[in-house]
Amino acid sequence: MTFLIKAENISVVRNGKAILDSVSLDVRPGDFTTIVGPNGAGKTTLLKVLMGLINVDFGSVRRKPGLRVGYVPQRLAADESMPITVRRFLTLRKKAAPGDLERVVTETGIGALLGKSLHVLSGGELQRLLMARALLDDPDVLILDEPAQNLDVAGQLALYRLIDNVYSERRLAVVMVSHDLHLVMSSTRHVVCLYHHISCRGTPHTITRDPAFKSVFGEDMARLMAVYTHAAGEDHFCETHDHTRHEHSHEGDGS
Amino acid sequence: MIDGFILHALAAGIGVAVITGFLGCFVVLRRMAYFGDSLAHSALLGIALGMLFGIDVTVGMVAVGFLFATFLFILQRRRLLATDTLLGILSHGALSTGLVAISLVNTPQLDLYSYLFGDILTVRLSDLMWIYGGGVVVIALIVLNWPSLVLMTIHEDLARAEGVRTLYTNILFIFLMTLVVAVSIRIVGILLITSMLIIPAATARQFVTLPETMVAGACLSGCAAVLVGMAGSLAFDTPTGPSIVMAASAIFALAFAGSFVVSRFRD
Repeated sequence: MTFLIKAENISVVRNGKAILDSVSLDVRPGDFTTIVGPNGAGKTTLLKVLMGLINVDFGSVRRKPGLRVGYVPQRLAADESMPITVRRFLTLRKKAAPGDLERVVTETGIGALLGKSLHVLSGGELQRLLMARALLDDPDVLILDEPAQNLDVAGQLALYRLIDNVYSERRLAVVMVSHDLHLVMSSTRHVVCLYHHISCRGTPHTITRDPAFKSVFGEDMARLMAVYTHAAGEDHFCETHDHTRHEHSHEGDGS
Repeated sequence: MIDGFILHALAAGIGVAVITGFLGCFVVLRRMAYFGDSLAHSALLGIALGMLFGIDVTVGMVAVGFLFATFLFILQRRRLLATDTLLGILSHGALSTGLVAISLVNTPQLDLYSYLFGDILTVRLSDLMWIYGGGVVVIALIVLNWPSLVLMTIHEDLARAEGVRTLYTNILFIFLMTLVVAVSIRIVGILLITSMLIIPAATARQFVTLPETMVAGACLSGCAAVLVGMAGSLAFDTPTGPSIVMAASAIFALAFAGSFVVSRFRD
């Protein structure tokens, strides 16, 4: 089996509206896929479908049997009323060997935080903690939902560097939703542009020149992104013409 | 010269303090205080129905409580009204229906006051069996599901992604609350049961950094409230349920002031 997760023509319909509209996405070992798209495009829904948290209305999602998924949610609402330390949070439900725990703690640089309460951590510290927790199971695929959304620029850079390091050292697959196009462009090899359906996919370099990308993000964004992607490769698959196909399918299911 | 009924009452009070200590921490952390209150109100209907059909009133309370929770769950999915509005409607609807139903049943042995405010001094052996039997079940299920419950309370989607069956665990938690409310009503009564769930847990929260120690602290301060409250009730001949809750509130106030002073000195 060459894929870790294989989603084929999945649709998720809520209140008569297709949040995801025949989306297909493969996650193979070693992939680094970044999902971009405007607010409300269905990015988080897609991640949840991949993890099996949401059932699809059409299509199929297959996961490799025994697949281990590490999930880093958008943010941890650190509620002050919950008394818990970083160490306890890390070991909750996890039966990691002491060596594994140590490795992950070093990897994510949270050693100094172990004795602290969760609610005193900064945004960046919380995200590193969530990364550590996700890595404890030695996952096959890491799924991150806008991991840097609430961080300042320095924090964003540090977090994306951490993700990069984890990716290259552990040889796992990464699926990430991100708004930080300019930061993602330099690390990911595969960008998927989602607006209910996949309007465009390819390398960062080619995707910013795609008319479909421009139609979703606007001309200015595309021009801005192109500046950051000068070093990227060339392989590119675009579904620009699919727009017409999707128009048809809308008529087809009467929505 | 300790009488048998006082020993019974003590055993019942301590039992309830420990059970509510375990469950109460999650009621506080998951912001379900109002839900607990509504559940308790619905219990009155369970008592009335239990008497009407000649079944054990505790069974009646658990059954009605669980129906109540299911009904709320269905209404919540419509998302038209906020949960506290729905709870307000269901809670007072159930309380009124219970009061009306009880007036219709109209059995002479029914002492409404004792159900509303508790009557720990008339606790019978069967009540003790309910408290300790139910308590063992509740505590065992909480301990077994402990990591899942804590993780779900912190982040539900994270828990689901890691394989926690959150729907099952949520239903289980509601069931446990129903059970705890039902077995505790004899002690502090319908109107005061929520206080035993939240006040000791809130007291413990002031001093702990781990969920495990919060439970221990809640159990301890709950037991202290039972002892102080019962002693006060015997000494001054005041109603026992309210005396216990008053003691719990006083302990909370002391703890709050204490932790405030401690944090001032630390800074």
